[in-house]
Amino acid sequence: MSEPFLLGGREWRSRLIMGTGGFRSLEQLEAALVASATEIVTVALRRIDPDAGDASPLGVIDRLGLFVLPNTAGCYTAREAVRTAQLAREAFGTDWIKLEVIGDDRTLHPDPVELVAAADDLVGAGFTVLPYASDDPILARRLEGVGCAAVMPLGSPIGSGRGIDNPHNLALIVEEARVPVILDAGVGTASDAALAMELGCDGVLLASSVSRAEDPAAMADAMRKAVEAGHSARHAGRIPRRLHAEASTPAAGLPQLD
Amino acid sequence: MRVSVNGVDLEVATGSTVDVVVASLVEAPERGTAVALDGDVVPRSEWRTTTLAEGQCVEVLRAVQGG
Repeated sequence: MSEPFLLGGREWRSRLIMGTGGFRSLEQLEAALVASATEIVTVALRRIDPDAGDASPLGVIDRLGLFVLPNTAGCYTAREAVRTAQLAREAFGTDWIKLEVIGDDRTLHPDPVELVAAADDLVGAGFTVLPYASDDPILARRLEGVGCAAVMPLGSPIGSGRGIDNPHNLALIVEEARVPVILDAGVGTASDAALAMELGCDGVLLASSVSRAEDPAAMADAMRKAVEAGHSARHAGRIPRRLHAEASTPAAGLPQLD
Repeated sequence: MRVSVNGVDLEVATGSTVDVVVASLVEAPERGTAVALDGDVVPRSEWRTTTLAEGQCVEVLRAVQGG
């Protein structure tokens, strides 16, 4: 892609951020990350369980030289999320945080009040805050106002694969934002990622649509192309929608054949 | 004395430090390991010098796959 993607004061080549959740094996994770050409990947923090025996994804991520973006998944309060971010900073040596503060486990929608409070705290503590948000233009404005490095509205609920429920809200967020807008959550297939970019998003963050696909690496490849295609289309200046047809072949010079 | 480690009550010697508890869970803590003591981060450089007190809650965390 031509112009670079500026996020958190750094330049990136890829506009696709990959979550690492839901893969059936580390081999599948690695193949998908390679196919996606992503540069930034999310990880979570959970209790060490000596009996679990599952390997950390960090081996794959470090081998591929990718940037680790820890998340605060599973936090319900600003206090929990801030503490998780502080632990992540210690664990990964990064002050970047994908801030998630959810309201309930049925919708996994953000709790906007707690989210803004946590974002405000973390920005004050020197974090580069990337908040998972509702598709609410006013919330996006608030998050930008407290100093978030991006806003990351959902397209539809996490893991739902429903795509972008409200493209109008997403367009409103894009119109006003002065920080990057990254679609986070809801992508089901490549056209959803392309649509997000066509609506003017600067990037897409997805996990389930790739990790739970039948062939994760093939879907990761599709997502890479979709993000690039959508971004190119956005900047190519699409034709206006019309109610009626407009012929592209000239009417002039038609022979009389009847 | 008793402390809670990742949600499990454990009997540890009085004066035990954080690194002892970490070692009981994982032999060689890799990158991506973090410890909270009653909710506050204990930097890795302080695991050996941070003494636990009766009833404290230790969380030992590591990187996992996540969205």
